[in-house]
Parts: sequence; structure tokens; C-alpha cells
Amino acid sequence: MSDASDTLVKFESVQKSYDGETLVVKDFNLDVARGEFVTMLGPSGSGKTTCLMMLAGFEPATHGEIYLDGVPINNVPPHKRGIGMVFQNYALFPHMTVAENLAFPLQVRNMGKSEISEKVNGALDMVRLGGFGDRRPAQLSGGQQQRVAVARALVFRPQLVLMDEPLGALDKNLREEMQYEIKHIHEDLQVTMVYVTHDQSEALTMSNRIAVFDDGIVQQLAPPDELYEKPLNAFVAGFIGENNRLFGEVKAIDGDFCQVELEGGGGMVKALSVNVDGVGSRTTLSLRPERATIGAAQGESTNSLEAKVEELIYLGDHIRSRVSLSGNDEFIVKVPNSHGHVHLKEGEITQIGWEAEDCRALDA
Amino acid sequence: MTDQTAAGGVVLAADGTPLKASLNRALRRNRIRAVMLVAPLLLFILFSFLIPIFDMTFRSVDNWHVGTLMPKTSAALAGWDGKDIPEEPVFVALVADLQAGAKSRQIGKVGTRLNYEKSGLRGMITSSARKSKRLKEGPYKAKVLKMHKKWRDLETWAVIKRNTAPYTIGYYLNAVDMKYGQTGEIVMQPENRRIYGKLFIRTFAISLAITVICVILAYPISFLLATLPLRYSNLLMIFVLLPFWTSLLVRTTAWIAMLQSQGVLNDLFVFFGLVDDENRLQLIHNLTGTIIAMTHILLPFMVLPLYSVMKTIPPTYMRAALSLGANPVVAFVRVYMPQTLSGIGAGSVLVFILSIGYYITPALVGGTDGTLISNQIAYHMQSSLNWGLAGALGAILLASVLALYLLYNRIVGIDNMRLG
Ligand SMILES: Nc1ncnc2c1ncn2[C@@H]1O[C@H](COP(=O)(O)OP(=O)(O)O)[C@@H](O)[C@H]1O
Ligand SMILES: [Mg+2]
Repeated sequence: MSDASDTLVKFESVQKSYDGETLVVKDFNLDVARGEFVTMLGPSGSGKTTCLMMLAGFEPATHGEIYLDGVPINNVPPHKRGIGMVFQNYALFPHMTVAENLAFPLQVRNMGKSEISEKVNGALDMVRLGGFGDRRPAQLSGGQQQRVAVARALVFRPQLVLMDEPLGALDKNLREEMQYEIKHIHEDLQVTMVYVTHDQSEALTMSNRIAVFDDGIVQQLAPPDELYEKPLNAFVAGFIGENNRLFGEVKAIDGDFCQVELEGGGGMVKALSVNVDGVGSRTTLSLRPERATIGAAQGESTNSLEAKVEELIYLGDHIRSRVSLSGNDEFIVKVPNSHGHVHLKEGEITQIGWEAEDCRALDA
Repeated sequence: MTDQTAAGGVVLAADGTPLKASLNRALRRNRIRAVMLVAPLLLFILFSFLIPIFDMTFRSVDNWHVGTLMPKTSAALAGWDGKDIPEEPVFVALVADLQAGAKSRQIGKVGTRLNYEKSGLRGMITSSARKSKRLKEGPYKAKVLKMHKKWRDLETWAVIKRNTAPYTIGYYLNAVDMKYGQTGEIVMQPENRRIYGKLFIRTFAISLAITVICVILAYPISFLLATLPLRYSNLLMIFVLLPFWTSLLVRTTAWIAMLQSQGVLNDLFVFFGLVDDENRLQLIHNLTGTIIAMTHILLPFMVLPLYSVMKTIPPTYMRAALSLGANPVVAFVRVYMPQTLSGIGAGSVLVFILSIGYYITPALVGGTDGTLISNQIAYHMQSSLNWGLAGALGAILLASVLALYLLYNRIVGIDNMRLG
């Protein structure tokens, strides 16, 4: 996001209400750079599709302005926006063959016959479906239909492609395969993509940046690693990846760190002060399971608490241990199955330790 | 679990019977159950539909009258060469048949039958039968020839001989405006007596017009119904179905009140100065009336299949087409409309077939130039009592509907037809 001419899409305090009573999207701001892959990630009903529809032109924004390439597009009809779109159920035209589907955007642009067939074949090859041009969409598998939909959204070389949960209907293996395929297409064509999903691993795999959506606003907009390692609030911490939460009250703030008294009677812990309202406020401590060590001797880590082992699940590369700690019996610790790791038994009392930098004090 | 296979390669069930037989036995119960479930409807259709159709179709070729009621004459005419008035033996047989027929009071039927082929023959037969009672002894030829001048006409004898055959295509010839000529060849009816051909063409043309009007009127309504929020679409659907819930007679008479020259519509036209009082439009008891009233009645049959097809087309197709750069008109024509073809086909077949056989509305509001072939069939069933001709007209109608249906199946495919 260096320079304004690099910005392809810009949402400027966009709001949307369907019924005039509730705001589905509240004050949405987003800049997408040319060539970037930005994902909108959020639970179902958080307004992701609505934002995409406003960008594509199928829903008017109630307030605010959307810019495409520096031009406000609120009054540009969808067919003049030149945005490619992949729908969740693909929306391949059932009465046309695959080739006709791909030729459609080119025909409405009055392209010549030979140019059309050349581009259609190119697009089919790109998604590895050469030779499938004469089939009807209904004669293709889900994954193949998906690829046709992607090819169709790209065949007319739009500068921007939108995808609304395009992999939602596929099974797990196919979904992962398609994630890489779409990512590679994005890299090869240098096209800007705005992608919508509720699947966090999909978002982490594919995106340059992720906008985490909840309750109609962007909770955090950041690259995947930053989102995972430095969540700014309790929602993001809980939504991305696995997360242990402990509640407590801020007792003292000391520079970047704060002292928190746990609610479950676990005592005082030291945490990174990220998003707290000051001394005396309630806070949520967030700790990734892989950052806690089990069976640590007292004093080895900054924080060390007594815990009871509730359940052990053997997962091959690591042992997932559920312990109860400071009144939270859903506390997860991952014990790597390395040489000489601690051997625990269910019901055993042990020590759990973690560093203050790994434990983020967030909003309650 | 081991498969048991007998020497011949037949797979055996656990008890040693062939697997096929065993499976059949297991399926038989299901089959019997299915038959029992449909049996009442099958019986009903058999008696109320299939048997009457076969009966009427049979009547359209059945020609029992002469052969049964004048058996001796029929036998005697078998060897007649048709070149001259027959000889005495034929007249002996004729007189015997006429006397027997007069006594059993059945001879009138022969007269009626022969009269369909050549007018005047009923009078000839009935008067001759009456007179034949007084004939006591031969030779009869001269006496009979004196009874009625038509006996002296060679064509009369040709007609009688032709109708000694047990089956005839005479009714069908009649139904397509043809007849047998003087020497037994098939010729067209004279110009002023050709009615059915024109009527068939008119029936098909009117049905086609009604179908086209229905498509044009129903398409936007169905589109609205399918895209409107449920609350409004339900209300609209009630308006569409309202004609279904009103008696056919009430609706048709309402149209008479609306459309007659002193009716509501004409009053409005005069009021707004669109027509002047002397030249009120003739909207009823003619073709216009038939088309208006029948379109009204048949419109729901077009709306419902269209609606049910449109309901299944997700709005994302239109959105996809727009996002691909098609303007709304192109998107509608190239993406939306083709997907509704099965609904248009189903509705059109339904409306066309219904209007081809429509009877009561044209009878009430059709006047003379707005009546259809079904009104003629009804006339021959109820008034002229020429059931053979009614059967022939009905069979032709049925055959043309079936032909259209097959044509539709060839072009569109009946599996693509969706009624709801
Ligand atoms: N066409 C619509 N009319 C009224 N409400 C809608 C419409 N589309 C979506 N909504 C509402 O807006 C909210 C956000 O929906 P959506 O943008 O589809 O969320 P997401 O795609 O994140 O699941 C939901 O509460 C949904 O019920
Ligand atoms: Mg959605």
C-alpha cells in the first residue's frame, strides 16, 4: 500500500442496510492493491457476500463510496464494471456447453470468432480442461465445474476477480488442490483477487492479506502470519487457529506488559498488553497451545501454573493434552512427540508454563 | 457368505432356487401392491375414457346397417357389375328386405345411413318400404322402379352396393370434405359444402393464436411471481388462480356482460371517445369473443408451468451474465429465456391441446365465425345424431393432437417438459 495509483479497489466508510433498521455492514474501509490477493474471512452472516455484491454492483451501498481504479463506481451498472466473478454454486449456464460458457463474455464484447476460440482454448488449458469444451456443465464433476467457473471469470482478462466461497461445495482433498491451483493462477496472471471464505485455513493458505469480518466491521486486516501471531482482539484470536483463553482483571500496566489476576483463582500472570482498557478492566488472555510447555519446572518460564491433566489424545506427531487450569478445563497444550518428552497420565497434577510475550491481553 | 453357482452358471440363492426366480418372487409382492394402488383409477379411466374413445372411433368406421338390415339384397348385389340397373333377382331380395324392415321398423336406419352418402335416399327407402307392404307377387322390378324415381338412378345402386361392406371410410371422407363421386371415385365436396376443412384450420389457427397470446401475457406475470418476495407473490398467485375457482359458466357470461355492444367495455370506449355511439365494436359472438374469453380461461395453464420452471432458476445466473459483461437485455435473452423453454413448451402444449378441444366457451360467445370443430362434433352428437361423423371428426382431432405431441417430443423432448 505504498502509493495511491497502486490501489485498485477502495472502500470508503461503506455501510449497508437491507431493511432500513439494521446495518449489515458498518463502516467498511479497505484498500486492495493491484495484483494483491485479499480475503474476507468471517463467520456466516457477517456481511462478506454483501460487501462483494456491492463491489460487483448487484447491491447498492447505503452510504459511502467504492472506488475502482480511482473512479467512484456507485453508479456504474454491473455489466460495465469489468469485474470477473466466481459464484458459490458456480452459476455455469446449464444450456450452454463449457466452451460456450467461456465464449459468452467474449461474444458480448463483440470479439472475432477466431480470437474467441483461441482464448477459450487457452483458458481451458489454463485450468487443465482442454478437450472438455463440448461437454455440458452437468456432465462435469464438482471440481471440474469449479475450474470452468474460474476460467470463465478470467477469460476476458478482467483486472479484478471476485470469488464468493468458490470451494465451499467441494470435498476436503479437492478443496486443498483447488486452493493451490487458484493461488498459482493468481501468481501467473498477476490479477487482483478479492476472495470470500469462512474457512480460516483456506484464507491463511491463499492470501496476501486477510480482512477478518465480524458483526459488520473489519476486526483486523493483516497478512496471515501477523493475524495468527498478533491478533488484535479476542474475536480474531479465537477465530484464527486454536487458542486458549483465560479471563482476568488488569492489576498493573508496565510498559508493553501488564499484570493480570486470573478469574479462576490461578493467581497473577504477566502478559503482553495489546488491547486493554487500563488498570481495573477485564481482559481476555490469549495463548496459542503450541506456546505452552507442560511439566516445566517452577521458575523456568515467566508464568507457571498448576494444572490437572484431564484428557490425552495421541495424534502421532504430537499429544494433545487437555488440562484444567485456573478453572478453565478446556485448556489445550500440545506436547511434541519428540525424544524424551514428558509422559503424562490422566488425572496427574503438573505445571504449565509460558512466556509473557506469547500471552496477549486482549479485550474482554 | 459364499456364492453358489450351479453347473449352468446360474446363480443360486441360499435355498438352491435360481437367484432370478427368488428375486422375482420377492418383487412380486411389491408389484401386486403397486397394481392394487392404481387399480381404482385404471378402472375409472377404462370405463370413462378408453372405452368411450374406442367406441366412438369404432362407430366412425362401422357400417353394419345395410349388410344387417338388408341381408338378401346385399347377397344378391354381390355379383352386380354396376353397368346397368340390376335384374329381377335383386328386386325380389329387395322387396323381401323392405317388407321385413318395415315390419321390424328398422328400415329407417338404412335410410338414414344411405342419406349421409346421397341426400334423398332416406325418403326413397322409407316410402318404398311403406309401399312394399302392398306388393304381393312379382315380377317386382317394374313395380319398384315406379315407386321412386331414384331407383331408376344407377348411382343409387352404386351407393347401396358400396355400403353392403361392414366397414366404411365414408365418415372420414365426409369429415375432410370429400365424398364418393358418381362412379365410386373419391372427389372433393362442391365448394359450398366444404365446412370441416375450414373448421379444422380455424380451430388450429385460433388455438395457436390463443397459445401465443397466453405466452406473451403469462411470461411477465410468471417472472414477477417467481422473483417477488413470497408475501406479494402469494397474493398475485391468488389472482392468477381466481379464474380456476370460478365456474366456467359464470366467467363466460361475465365476458358477455363485459364485451357485448351495450356492455362495459364498449361503454368505456364511447365514454372516452375512442369509438362513437353508432359504431360500437362487435367484441362478442364472433372470433374476437372466443379468443378473449378462452385466453382468460386458459392463462393459468400457461402461468403455472412457467412459474414452476422460473422458480427453479437461481438469480445468480442473471448476475453471472451481467458480471461477464452482458447488458441486461442480452443477459435475459441469452441466459434466462433459454432456461425457461421447457416451461414455455409445457404450457404451450397444455394450452394448445386444451383449446383445440374447447367446447363450451366458443358455443356461448363464438357466434358463427367463432365456433370450433368441437362445436360441430357436439352438434353431430346431439342434434343430427350422425355419430359416425362425430366419431370421425373426433378421431381426426385426437390423431392430430397425438401427432403434435410426438412432434413436440421429437423437437423438445417430453422429459424436458415440466408441469410443476
Ligand atoms: N438480499 C438480502 N435481503 C435482506 N437481508 C439480507 C440479504 N442478503 C443478506 N442479508 C442479511 O445480511 C446479513 C449478511 O449476509 P451476507 O452478506 O450474505 O453474509 P455472509 O456472506 O458473510 O455469510 C445476514 O444477516 C443476512 O441475513
Ligand atoms: Mg455469503
